[in-house]
Amino acid sequence: MPSLDNPRPNPEELLRRVQADERKESRGRLKVFLGYASRVGKSFRMFDEGRRRKERGQDVVVGALQSGVTPDIQDILSRLDVIPSLTAKHAGRVYDVMDMSALFRRHPEVCLIDGLAYDNPPGSRNPQRWQDVSELLDRGIGVITAVNLQHIREQQDAVERITGKRAANSVPEAFLHEADEIEVIDAPPDALLDRTGGKSIPDPRSLAELRELALLLAADVVDRQLQEYLDAHGVAARWGAQERILVCLTARSNAAEMLRSGQRNKLRFHGALLAAYVEQPDLRPPDRDLLDKHLALAREMGAEVHCLQGADFVNAILGFAQEQRITQLFLGHTARGRAWLSRSPIDRLIDGAEGFDVRLFPHEGSQ
Amino acid sequence: MSTVAKGKLKVYLGYAAGVGKTYRMLQEAQEMRQKGIDIVIAYFEPHGRKETIAKTEGLEVVPRRILTYNGSQFEEMDTAAVLARKPAVAVVDEFAHTNVPGCDGVKRWQDVHTILEAGIDVLTTMNVQHLESLNDQVFHATGIRVRETVPDWVVDEADELVFVDLTTRALRNRLERGVVYSQEKARRAMENFFNETNLTALREMALRHTAHEVEEKLDAAAAATLAEAERVSPAGPQPARRTERLLICLTGRPSSAILIRRGKRVADYIHAECLAVHVGENGHNREAVERHMSFARNLRIETHVISGRDVPLAIASFARTRGVTQIFMGRSAPLPWWKRYRETIVQRLVRQARDMQITIVAERRR
Repeated sequence: MPSLDNPRPNPEELLRRVQADERKESRGRLKVFLGYASRVGKSFRMFDEGRRRKERGQDVVVGALQSGVTPDIQDILSRLDVIPSLTAKHAGRVYDVMDMSALFRRHPEVCLIDGLAYDNPPGSRNPQRWQDVSELLDRGIGVITAVNLQHIREQQDAVERITGKRAANSVPEAFLHEADEIEVIDAPPDALLDRTGGKSIPDPRSLAELRELALLLAADVVDRQLQEYLDAHGVAARWGAQERILVCLTARSNAAEMLRSGQRNKLRFHGALLAAYVEQPDLRPPDRDLLDKHLALAREMGAEVHCLQGADFVNAILGFAQEQRITQLFLGHTARGRAWLSRSPIDRLIDGAEGFDVRLFPHEGSQ
Repeated sequence: MSTVAKGKLKVYLGYAAGVGKTYRMLQEAQEMRQKGIDIVIAYFEPHGRKETIAKTEGLEVVPRRILTYNGSQFEEMDTAAVLARKPAVAVVDEFAHTNVPGCDGVKRWQDVHTILEAGIDVLTTMNVQHLESLNDQVFHATGIRVRETVPDWVVDEADELVFVDLTTRALRNRLERGVVYSQEKARRAMENFFNETNLTALREMALRHTAHEVEEKLDAAAAATLAEAERVSPAGPQPARRTERLLICLTGRPSSAILIRRGKRVADYIHAECLAVHVGENGHNREAVERHMSFARNLRIETHVISGRDVPLAIASFARTRGVTQIFMGRSAPLPWWKRYRETIVQRLVRQARDMQITIVAERRR
């Protein structure tokens, strides 16, 4: 049964943390500017940050540029050291490739790299630019880089559904999660449409959808960072900014309605949907079948299903809800009556709910 | 009276002081001025930040109004002067500010509404923790009870909401460098409100809230398109859409405020109608109840007072006649042990309204 207190980390866990900390300390810091579409202004923000850092005395160089540098960026570039790219020919095309050995020799504090999603030509040191960045970080060079939503691999299906297009180059989302900092560049779609310069970009509605996706992706990254910080500092998990819904399943509960409602809430709040049941060894076969059906349905509806152990149903659920930072607990009415002077499990759950709401659902057929 | 088209409202949303909301707003103001748009600063709070102050250069400023209250002098936006000047766009810093008594509006957002009504566009700034619906969540995450709040509908009605992001590390660096506050104030701030976990939690709330607002606008646009399509070519009788209706049970207990905010937030997210009801048993606690009722009305919740000796029964039948699908209520106070054989109001309502979803809202403590 999950314990209510923050569990004391075991020796392996401690060792892992120490090693991770050591790796982090010697590794360069990675900062990523995330935009939801082209022309949102992320490259400018990145170079502008490089300029300000240089003015504060940091050793800043430019490691990679994208084609079509705008005048305002050009103005900043004139004040920064640019390490020229190498050119490589492949299949009749000319490619720019970051000059890794020059960067290693120069070993700046911070390297600005525009266009993170970039495929190097065959025969390069690394197939993709984000891998070059990883290497720079491993060598203790800090990197500031910029990427657009359509280049995040795990987001590409969603982006394609919105725009009908799929970018050829991509960066794994895990790379974003590894970043020390991620900053989202937000602007209303109109601002982008003003800046198009005749190039085709998605329509305002698609832009708004992409904008929402980018904001939610950044929120997820930030949420994970918060949890890591809390874990690393031994602070117990607490109620976060995200709605997390837990559906309690039993053999006799009205699982379908609870799960449907849970799924609706998950979608509306962009939250998480979990389902849990407490293992009962003496469950009768027909009830076992019902429970299995509910669990299958929960998985089908995209819920994360957990099996809890514990002699006491209420304590098992309460402990799990606390540990998982649950904000809404869904529970079915029991058909049984209440024994005189004894408090029902529902009453006990309501009394014990610290920091989350308990929603009771009608029993099947009672409507 | 002549009818003027209402001005457009643009809100720059941040998650803490110092993330650069005002800077970004002024940057846009400068761009507008360069395009020849008649724009003025109606209110600006410099906080002694050099880079931000530099951004006001060349922009016309409407002088502030000086008021004396309790023997001290205060400066507020001069709404009447802004109206008399009648620019195309007015820049108004700190949307969530509460005016000193003696001003026309109690809150600055009310003054902004007056300006918008006059057909003037407004650019303004606020932080996510000032949103009414997030008040308890902010308290839970940071331990700070924010007093200056703005009802959510005020922000929902903004024509544009822009999130001004800055990483928490960059913000803390700014504080350390003394950009945001004086060194001493910055040190205290970083030990308290501006610690890493607080800032990260607030930043996540701001990101999620902006995403939510973007989605709401998309939904509204889609609904409008659908309505237009139906108007042009009616597709015959449509299946009646089952609308969710959420009922909040109000009492005079202090936890009612949490209940109202939570219920309204859920209703907004699931696009449900939101009602509040109080069963006026014997009129005790009337003042507290009235306060909660008016708070609910400020959040645009329809309120009702009904009578009935049996509170759960009265709530259940009211809910049924109004087609309520979900009831929100607070936890009952624990009964003394010698009354434990009795059922609490929650237990009785649960029994009375077995056909409805009932949510028992927990108090958000720290």
